[in-house]
Amino acid sequence: MDAATSLAPATAKRRGRAFRVLPGVELITLAALVAAPFLLADRPELVTLMTNILILSLLAISFDLCWGYSGIMSFGQALFFGVSSYVIALVGRDLDFSQLWATLPLAMLVGFLLSGLMAAFLLLGRRTPTSIFVAFGTLTGAYAAERLVAGWQYVGAGNGLSSIKLMAFGSTEFVEGPAFYSIALGILVAVFALSRWLVRSQLGLVLAGMRQNEERLAFFGYRVQAFRALVFSVAGAIAGLSGALYAYHQGFTGPSNLGPGLSTTAVIYCLFGGSGTLIGPVLGTAAIEGISFVLSDTDAVRQFWPVILGFVLLIVVMFQPTGLLGLVVSTRERIGSYAGRRR
Amino acid sequence: MALLDVTGLTKSYGPLRALDGVDLTVRAGTFHGLIGPNGSGKSTLLKAIAGAHFPTGGTIRFDGADVTTAPPFQRARLGLSLKFQITAVLPELSVYDNVLLALQAHDRTIDLLRSRSRARLAPRIMDALDRFRLADRADDLAGELSHGEQQWLEIAMALAPEPKLLLLDEPTGGMSPEERRVTGELLAPIKASCALIIVEHDLDFIKNICDRLTVLDQGRVLGDGTTDEIENDPRVREIYTSRV
Ligand SMILES: Nc1ncnc2c1ncn2[C@@H]1O[C@H](COP(=O)(O)OP(=O)(O)OP(=O)(O)O)[C@@H](O)[C@H]1O
Ligand SMILES: [Mg+2]
Repeated sequence: MDAATSLAPATAKRRGRAFRVLPGVELITLAALVAAPFLLADRPELVTLMTNILILSLLAISFDLCWGYSGIMSFGQALFFGVSSYVIALVGRDLDFSQLWATLPLAMLVGFLLSGLMAAFLLLGRRTPTSIFVAFGTLTGAYAAERLVAGWQYVGAGNGLSSIKLMAFGSTEFVEGPAFYSIALGILVAVFALSRWLVRSQLGLVLAGMRQNEERLAFFGYRVQAFRALVFSVAGAIAGLSGALYAYHQGFTGPSNLGPGLSTTAVIYCLFGGSGTLIGPVLGTAAIEGISFVLSDTDAVRQFWPVILGFVLLIVVMFQPTGLLGLVVSTRERIGSYAGRRR
Repeated sequence: MALLDVTGLTKSYGPLRALDGVDLTVRAGTFHGLIGPNGSGKSTLLKAIAGAHFPTGGTIRFDGADVTTAPPFQRARLGLSLKFQITAVLPELSVYDNVLLALQAHDRTIDLLRSRSRARLAPRIMDALDRFRLADRADDLAGELSHGEQQWLEIAMALAPEPKLLLLDEPTGGMSPEERRVTGELLAPIKASCALIIVEHDLDFIKNICDRLTVLDQGRVLGDGTTDEIENDPRVREIYTSRV
């Protein structure tokens, strides 16, 4: 005991000044994303790829808020993504309206309400739900929605909705390209900053405590499930935003955008990059989509892509559960420090 | 009126009656010891009072309110605080953050988001850590503390929100005799503001700090009275000489 106590203050001090990796990773990523459209000016297909990565990163971040921060194994993120994509497609088709200042907030609202509703069912019951129950509940929701939409003529049934009205601001319309990229980047940076603030606030500390011992937090007097539901709803809003941008960018949405397949892809983005870091999911999305792009010319690979992804997931879960970032970021840094100065 | 009033409490696990019509009354400002052989239902009783499970029958009134089936967070808000038998600090958070979490449990969500509490509560946190000799470990991870220190940290966390009633399940388990003595000293001053129900196997320890004792055996109350009365009760003697 005495040896340990005499060493303690010294180690504490060393840790206080410890080199932090995450801010560096965040800055480098941001710099790369800002530079990309200039570097890729003569490769439009790569700008399109990068725009897709930005948009899907939002989906990956939304899953990270659920799993990495709140311990909710959600297989339903695509549900909020997909429903919002359909909503903005229908608003464009039936109301001939696609002003982003209204439709993007609308997509967020749809995601927020839908996930809030789901949280009320799955999380806020009288009994504390198990994580298996939540995983199956969200999975079932996504699966049911995909089936439902695939058989519904009004929303294009199995063919989905194509030629979606272009996203617009005033009289400017945005097709894929540097302008759309800039909007997506701006939104990603804003969402990232907001999420970062959330998970580094005292609410984030509560979430960190919940992940370690949920029961203990309940006995302190925290309404654990209410916090879960709140974060789940915020994540749903982000997934909705992602879905709307995706549909505008592709000009198309279909039943597979609602289902367990895309939900699982979001899980892979996040776990591959490193859950519980926010920037990890962005890197994971970039890595997976980048590899997929490079390999997509090879027919054999394209056919087996889902299988390859499945293996990636297995390998990550078994050998590197903290993902790519876990290789360079210490546990202590990942669990983190929380906002506000002391003393 | 008593601070805590437990009447006719029953808890069945299948055919097993872990609690079988237990009555318990605890007045404000008293230290109440709960003793009895292994498996007699002491932890089950504490957990029912805390809301970790709901009893099969009977009622629990705390500070005038019926809390028999209230969720744990509501009981915490009424001024109930606890430390279970199994140590449950949050190992990957700093010692400081552990106490902070205990203190801001009733803050509104918006205040948690604004993160002002961290600075605002600093004096209270350091005060709580100081009392339990943990001030210079504030920045260490709770999981790095020794077993005894973790127990103290948990008591510090339980006391930090200034509860009206504190439940302690074997707080000195695994402690050295010296650490035990210190624990007794650390608990003594809280009597002014807080009642205590404490489960302990160490009879000397419990006699030193408690005003009243309740003896449980096979889910029933075998005896209840002042420390002296219980000590001289022949039935209690029998249990403690023949079976422990
Ligand atoms: N969740 C449970 N399911 C089934 N039986 C249980 C459960 N919890 C406790 N018991 C049983 O209830 C009885 C009382 O257990 P309890 O833990 O309250 O005893 P205790 O007095 O705290 O014992 P100890 O001194 O060993 O801590 C025991 O027979 C135990 O096996
Ligand atoms: Mg026990």
